[in-house]
Parts: sequence; C-alpha cells; structure tokens
Amino acid sequence: MDSRDTDWDGVRLHVVTGKGGTGKTTVAAALALALASGGRKVLLVEVEGRQGIAQIFDLPPLPYEERRIAVAPSGGDVYALAIDPEEAMLEYMEMFYGMRRAGRALTKMGIVDFATTVAPGFRDVLVTGKTSEAVRRRGKNGKRIYDAVVLDAPPTGRISRFLNVTQEVAGLARVGPIKNHSDLVSKVVKSPETAVHFITLLEEMPVQETLDGIAELRSAGLPPGGIFINMVRESLLPQAALDSAVKGRFDVAELTLGLKAAGLSDGASTVAEALAEEVAEHARRTELERAERASLAQATLPSYELPLLTDGVDLSGLYELAEAIRTQGAA
Amino acid sequence: MKKPPVLDVDAILDDQGTRIIVCCGAGGVGKTTTAAALGLRAAERGRCAVVLTVDPARRLAQSMGLTELDNTPRLISSPEGGGQLFAMMLDMKRTFDEIIEAHADPERARQILSNPFYQSLSSSFAGTQEYMAMEKLGQLRRSDEWDLIIVDTPPSRSALDFLDAPERLGRFLDGRFIRLLTAPAKAGGRSAFRLLNAGFGLMAGAMTKLLGAQVIKDLQTFVSALDAVFGGFRQRAEMTYRLLQAPGTAFVVVAAPERDAMREASYFVERLAEERMPLAGLVVNRVHEPTAAALSAARSAAAAEDLESRGEHELTAAVLRLHTGRMQLAAREHREQDHFLSAHPTVPVVQVRAMSEDVHDLAGLRRIGELLATST
Repeated sequence: MDSRDTDWDGVRLHVVTGKGGTGKTTVAAALALALASGGRKVLLVEVEGRQGIAQIFDLPPLPYEERRIAVAPSGGDVYALAIDPEEAMLEYMEMFYGMRRAGRALTKMGIVDFATTVAPGFRDVLVTGKTSEAVRRRGKNGKRIYDAVVLDAPPTGRISRFLNVTQEVAGLARVGPIKNHSDLVSKVVKSPETAVHFITLLEEMPVQETLDGIAELRSAGLPPGGIFINMVRESLLPQAALDSAVKGRFDVAELTLGLKAAGLSDGASTVAEALAEEVAEHARRTELERAERASLAQATLPSYELPLLTDGVDLSGLYELAEAIRTQGAA
Repeated sequence: MKKPPVLDVDAILDDQGTRIIVCCGAGGVGKTTTAAALGLRAAERGRCAVVLTVDPARRLAQSMGLTELDNTPRLISSPEGGGQLFAMMLDMKRTFDEIIEAHADPERARQILSNPFYQSLSSSFAGTQEYMAMEKLGQLRRSDEWDLIIVDTPPSRSALDFLDAPERLGRFLDGRFIRLLTAPAKAGGRSAFRLLNAGFGLMAGAMTKLLGAQVIKDLQTFVSALDAVFGGFRQRAEMTYRLLQAPGTAFVVVAAPERDAMREASYFVERLAEERMPLAGLVVNRVHEPTAAALSAARSAAAAEDLESRGEHELTAAVLRLHTGRMQLAAREHREQDHFLSAHPTVPVVQVRAMSEDVHDLAGLRRIGELLATST
C-alpha cells in the first residue's frame, strides 16, 4: 500500500452524482479503479437497477452479491454490487430481526413494490443503508473490509433527497426501527468519511445543475466533495489563433500555403476556407468552456479534468481515466 | 448504409390532425429544447400550441422570456398568422392535490392531503411525476383550448417509465398488499383479518416490527382514504394511454449520437411498436458535421505528421490535427447511429447539428426549429 497524500484521505464513502449524459457511471468506475490501485480493496455500488457497471466492464448482469470485477493498476481489487432493494430488505430483516421467512412473505405480498410506489424514501433508506453497512463492515481483525466504497448515485436533481434519508422518512416514521436505521445511515452520510462528487461537462446546463446541486447539498448539511469535469478536449491551437478565429480574422492564406506544403494542393484554398470555419467554431466552443470553468470555480471545491476518450469508453479507456484521477490527486 | 427516410417535421406540425406530440428519449439529449423548438415553430406556422414540460430548468423558461414556468399555461408568443405559443411546467404536487380535491368529498380530501404518506407520494420524484404528466396531458387535451399539445417526458431512470405509469398504477391498485391493507376497512373492522391466510399474523408482526405501529396506522388510513378516489385515477390513466395510441398523436424519439442514447432510442422505438403507439420518427441532436468533410481523417493526420516532422507550418499542422479529431468524432457518431438505422431502416430520421452555444432566447429556439425542419 502506498502512502501518497490525496485530496480525499480519510474519506471512505465516495458518492458520485451528475446530470444524465455526463458519464457518471464511467467516472464512478474509474474512481473505484484509482482508489483501489496500490493494493487496496474498493467496492463499487450501483443502485438504479440499470446494470451500468456490468456494461462498462463488459460483464454479464451483476447479481445482488459483492464480487470482484477488476484488478487495479499495481495491485488492488475492485468489487461490485448492484443493490436490489427487495434483497436488501430481506437481508436487513434477517440481520436485525432473524426474520427471513416473514420477509419472504412480505416480498411476495409486494411490499417492496408498494413501498417504492408510495414512499420512495423507504427504497432510498434500504439502498443507502446497505451501502453504509458496507462502509462500516469490519473483518475479524477489526479492520474495515473495504478501504473505500464508491456509490454510483442517482442524478444531481435527486441527490440531496436521496442522501437526506432521515428527512425523507421523518414524516413517515417518527419512531421505530426505520427511524433508528435512517438515523444510523444519516450519521455515516453526514460524517467526514463521506464526500459527494459531482460529474459535469463544460456545458451550460450540466454546470448550472452542478452548482445548484452543490448549494442544495450544503444547505442539507451534506458534505460536497470534488468536481470532475468530464470529456475535456485538449486544446490544440494557440490562444492567439483562437482569438483571431473568433473575430473572423484567421489567416486563410497562410493556412492555404501550409496545406500546399503538406501536399494537399488540390483545391487548397477551398479546403482552407472550410477548415477556418471549423477553427472558428472550435474557438467559440473554447470561449464558452472558459466561461463555464469560471462558473464552476465559484463553488470553491477541488476540481479535476478527465479527457474525452475519442474511441469511446472501453476498459482501457477506464484505466486511462483512473490514471488521470490519480495523477491529479483525487485518489 | 442506405439513407433512412427524412422526418418531415413541418408536415407533422401543419397537419391539423396532429393534436399531441410526445418527445421522449434518454436524459440529457435535449428533449425539452426540442419540444420547445417544435412548439415555437408550430405557433409560427399558425397552430395554437402549448408546450408541457416536466424539466424544472429555469433556462428554458428564460429562453421563452419568462422568469419561471408554473402549472398554468402562460402565453409566450403570438406570432403573425394567428398562431400562439403557450408553455407550462408540471407541478406534480399541485396536480395531484387538485385531483384529490376534485374527486373526494371535503372531509376525505382533508384526510388524504394531511397524511404523511400522501405527502411523501405526491412530492417525491420517482413515479408520481409520470402519473401526473399523463394526467396533465389528459386534462389539457380534454380542455380543447389548444389544437396542439407538445409534451416532453420526465427525466426518469428509463425513458420508458412514463409509458408504464398507467399499467403500474393498475398493478399497484390490484396489488395483494394494498388489498390486505384495505380489507379491514372494507369488511368493517378486524374480522376481515381472519379471512386471510394463516401467515398474516406472522406478517403483521413482522411489519409492525419493521415499520413501527404508527406507520402501519398511517398507511392504513392513507390507503383506505385514497381507495375511494383510486377508481377514477385508474380510469383516467387508461384513457390517457388510449389517447396516446390514437392517430392524432405523434411520438418523436430524441437522441444524441452516443451509444447509450441511441440504444435507449432503439428500445423506445421497439416499445412504441409493441404498444401500438404512433411513431413519427427520430431526432438526433448534437451531430457534428465537419465543414471540411472532403478532407479525410487519414489524409489530414498524415499531412499533419508530415508538417510536424519537417517542423514547418506549425499552425496548419495544429488545424489539421483539430480536423482529424473532428472527422474521427463524426465517424464515431455515424457508427453509433448505424446500429439504430440498420435495426430500424424505415424510421424517419432528422439530424440537428451541434451548436457551439446553448439556446438563450426565442431566436435560438427558432434556429433549432429551422434545423429540425430543413436538414434534408
């Protein structure tokens, strides 16, 4: 185990959220790999029943069971668990009340279906409860089983509700076991051992949602973590060239000469015009991204940039992202 | 790859028989913007249109010149030619409360509205939103004040959730658990418990242990109070479902040229066919089409490498690298779309190219509308 300092030393539960389409599950998986590297053991948890982890790691659908799915760079294991609320409830009843049979009967009656429909807060308590149990679980030697747990959580719009379980069930259960259970979960979630990370793109809507989500999280007393800016394209052109492109003064004649020098003389000036158009668009996009970066800085949270994977997300892409996460000190 | 038929947006908007357009697709693909752009274009072509959005993004309201949208349709624009555009945002709790108030006597309504389970159900995010979006759509249609209703679907876990809403409501109401909870009320007291199987004692004990006695009591009050209005609920949910199957409805599946979004679009198209819902076509948003497409990625990359190795024309080399990346991106986007197109070769498609900036005003929405209509 190496002893590098990271920005999140001491954090055991990494909650990953983001607007749809920002690559939340991908970043959660890469973060798990990064955290596991150097001989650690990390659990990656999925809660929305989409089997996103299985898809990313190119595996058959995951059961409700913690199993090893990947080996991290320089040793270390990533385990995965797809939480099924029904199974979580059965396990919970057995663990705390020794009531497996009654639990089965309740499941058959459709109580979980019912609870999910009538009070999604119940479902969230079951899911977050299972997650915090994994965070707290200790082995025979008294040490924690997992060095870290990464939770691929619901999207930004729902994250505060999802984590604020006590609040959610307070109206429903003022006393009793659900209340006790949610209080316990709440203690884990609100402790310094938890960090809620936001995944965003450098686009207006995801950035706005991220800032709103962070504000909401703070007012709920939940601990915001870092901002992961995903799918960042590297800037290939010098700033001066971008500036002149925005103003429509990009040197097309010079570009034409360059094309000819590179052996692309056929219709070089037409091609140069078309390329200049692409440069102008790229420059506008870059300006916009700069503005969005500035907006994100208002949140005063550590931020990390992850490259756009031009070949799409595959296993080697995941390791590339994990490496980027490590070199920037997020894990 | 054979070219798919082109989705003729204007023909759909101009057809007076089109009364409902449903924009559906995965989250984050621009459903709401597409819905708003279609609404504006419809109004500018003489329709009296209302856009019902479930997306709480203030940005959309602002782009239509309002500080925020609420549960009542607001007039956005009255372009020349007699058309009008209205917009509203679904307030699911308000919509739910109104249904209760309209369908239960005042005493029962009060009981329901103050029950903690009702409050959780009516303000929670999952599930309820779909029911209420369908409910609102039905209300708008029955009011007959607009000749075109454009709705975007909730940003749910799966884009298919809202189609399942009526069915799920039915299953929920017929569920054994709910019948169990309502049984005592229906049969007048505890005697009904005896009618149930012997396992119930065990279960009632387990539930009380798990949830606490107060929760069970609240739950029972809630379920029996709601039971009275549920019949109407279900009937209307089924009516709305049939409305969606009617010829006046057009489903527009929205996607982005990315794997997940295209896969979701595929599922959706298949699902619509299964449910016999009328599919108009697919909108692929945010497509990148390099302007210098004649210069292939391979030639561009080779030329850049050549210049770099000679240390000449640095800027040209950088521009060629940029272009190479764009061509590769475009190629990948084509591949992602090809999966869909080969599985669904008859579905009309329209591509909307990526804009470097987001939509901020009606002019921006109008521009999207033009791209939707003219990408032949």
